[in-house]
Amino acid sequence: MRVALFVTCLADQLFPEVAVAAVKLLRRLGVEVTVPDGQTCCGQPAYNAGYQQQAREIAAHHLAVFAQADYVVLPSGSCTAMVACHYPELFDEPGQRSEAERLATRSYELCTFITQVLGVSDVGADLNGLRVTFHDNCHALRGVGISEAPRKLLRAAGAELIEADGHDVCCGFGGLFSVKFPDVSAAMARTKLAGIAATGATVLTSTDAGCLMQLQGALRRQGGSVRVQHVAEVLWQGVA
Amino acid sequence: MKPTTERFLTHTEQALQNAELRGAVQRGTASLAQRRHEAVTDRPDFEELREWCATVKAHTLDHLDRYLEQFIASFEGRGGQVHFAADHREARNVVAELCQGYGVRRVVKAKSMLSEEIGLNETLQGIGLEVIETDLGEYILQLANDFPSHIVAPVVHKTKEQIARLFHDKLGTPGDATPEVLAARARAILREAFLTAELGISGVNFAIAETGSLVLVENEGNIRLTTSAPRVHVALMGLEKVIPRLSDLPAFLAVLTRSATGQKITSYVSVISGPKRRADTDGPEVLHLVIVDNGRSAVLADPKLRDALRCIRCGACLNSCPVYQQIGGHAYGWVYPGPIGAVLDPGLLGLKSTKLLPQASSLCGACGEVCPVKIPLPELLIEHRRRSVEQGLTATGERLAIGAFSFLAQRPALWGGATVLGRGLSQLLSHQGYLSGSWLPALGAWLKERDFPAPAKRSFQQRWREGLRDEK
Repeated sequence: MRVALFVTCLADQLFPEVAVAAVKLLRRLGVEVTVPDGQTCCGQPAYNAGYQQQAREIAAHHLAVFAQADYVVLPSGSCTAMVACHYPELFDEPGQRSEAERLATRSYELCTFITQVLGVSDVGADLNGLRVTFHDNCHALRGVGISEAPRKLLRAAGAELIEADGHDVCCGFGGLFSVKFPDVSAAMARTKLAGIAATGATVLTSTDAGCLMQLQGALRRQGGSVRVQHVAEVLWQGVA
Repeated sequence: MKPTTERFLTHTEQALQNAELRGAVQRGTASLAQRRHEAVTDRPDFEELREWCATVKAHTLDHLDRYLEQFIASFEGRGGQVHFAADHREARNVVAELCQGYGVRRVVKAKSMLSEEIGLNETLQGIGLEVIETDLGEYILQLANDFPSHIVAPVVHKTKEQIARLFHDKLGTPGDATPEVLAARARAILREAFLTAELGISGVNFAIAETGSLVLVENEGNIRLTTSAPRVHVALMGLEKVIPRLSDLPAFLAVLTRSATGQKITSYVSVISGPKRRADTDGPEVLHLVIVDNGRSAVLADPKLRDALRCIRCGACLNSCPVYQQIGGHAYGWVYPGPIGAVLDPGLLGLKSTKLLPQASSLCGACGEVCPVKIPLPELLIEHRRRSVEQGLTATGERLAIGAFSFLAQRPALWGGATVLGRGLSQLLSHQGYLSGSWLPALGAWLKERDFPAPAKRSFQQRWREGLRDEK
């Protein structure tokens, strides 16, 4: 099987090791990975901020880049939700709209792709009782219904999953929200981190680098011992 | 109530520094959200009920002219009198004139967000009337000269210790009195008020078109007393409150009480169909209904925002909102706070003075998930943001930044160049892999309480081209 990886701009620029881990996991499961040239961003920042025209233009570019792909895999639930939930509504022109709808059904968040399309829950990782707490990214959870897939993979790898109080509550990132309302955003991160600290977990993980960036950034200021890592990296470390 | 939505940022700053307020709001909303969760889980067909209520409300709004006419005919047929008010001034004046016409001196009031919206108390007090709030929360607020911060739990921003001190100062109860003692004190005072007031003012939860009935939902019994003890009952309702049939009511009650307070049913549900009849032993001699527009017909005429008028004022979106939980309701600067406020307030007051409200959301979607009438709150928040962009209400810096970002995101070669530059620059400014200087342009605000990871030396796509692609 052949999949196109959409690295996502955040992983590409800030957390390349997340995408590297995703590639290695997929390859280990017998998947041929391509990284189509010309990929940039899904356009979510513009869309969420209300810049519909700009979001549409970025989406059109993204559609063109991934036009040939059978499957597009993303190491992000949030960007998956952008493509899956919002791309089709951006286009009025029937041709583009059906292209967008086609891409929406072919785009999968990494863990969901592994469990649903590949039908795999054991990626061959051994996490040996690692105490992990999972943060649900809002758009992954409420946009595209991702909740069980990453947990399944972590459990199958032998991790001990400890659910935090408020595991499905927003971390306060919200893209531009965290810049426009930095104090509210930081207060949300503090509330979130209190729930996480109470689990006593060794690792905090999620499908989304954005949330982890927010929580790690706040954690560095307020102190705390939990290690913050994307689920692709956590799983890959159990393999390697 | 005079909106102060323009001062949202100042309000937010103040709220974040008020630990007592934040503690009270977080405990209150968490408890309400938990109770809702349990009550909803207890009802396996809750999703179907939601869907059904959403459909009925949407249908009613689509044919509101017809249903309002039907309602008014039925209501008048039962002996009620109807008044229309186009805006808050007219609404206040209608009630004031009714009070004067009946020679009223003392008025008891049940909780009504609409009465807060139109600023009724100030007007009535201005013409020399004594106005007594009878909902315990509202009574506390009246004593404190404060205003509601939540649609259902108006005093959620105060701790019980603060309330005990307030009662001590105003009513002479012990400074450390328990909530039971405080409630008993209020009850004694309010009982006297019910028996002596000449006129009672209430809101309306649902108006049944078929039967002309007003439905009121409560726990304290104060609404039933307000609407039955005084000689005159004046009800205030927004024009969107109509539902078609009496048989629609059970489903709406089931979603409303579960969503609002996690109850299967409230202690009292009053269905008022006209004033006292000859054979009745109690009830008001006259029943007036003031139907208020105050911006609602403009929202109704707006095909996108119309959905917001489905709201049945349960407050579940407030309790679920992580932003509301941090800042409380007063920060929003008007009667309707939280996600529904951020959607409705711009519709009722105009976007210019309320533009920050729809921005103050991480778009986490929790509100949309709990709304009992399935108002697409996150989508409507984005809709307001789109309109802000269209109307030129967003900051120039933001417009330029998004413009540049979108320009580059469609041009991979330039995007590549720009990101190389950006990463190089950040590498220079970073320390131990993080940026932390709050003096940094654009990122400064972010960095006040958080570090920002320095971008990678080499992007993933570079690493891909430089070897990862060919690894096996």
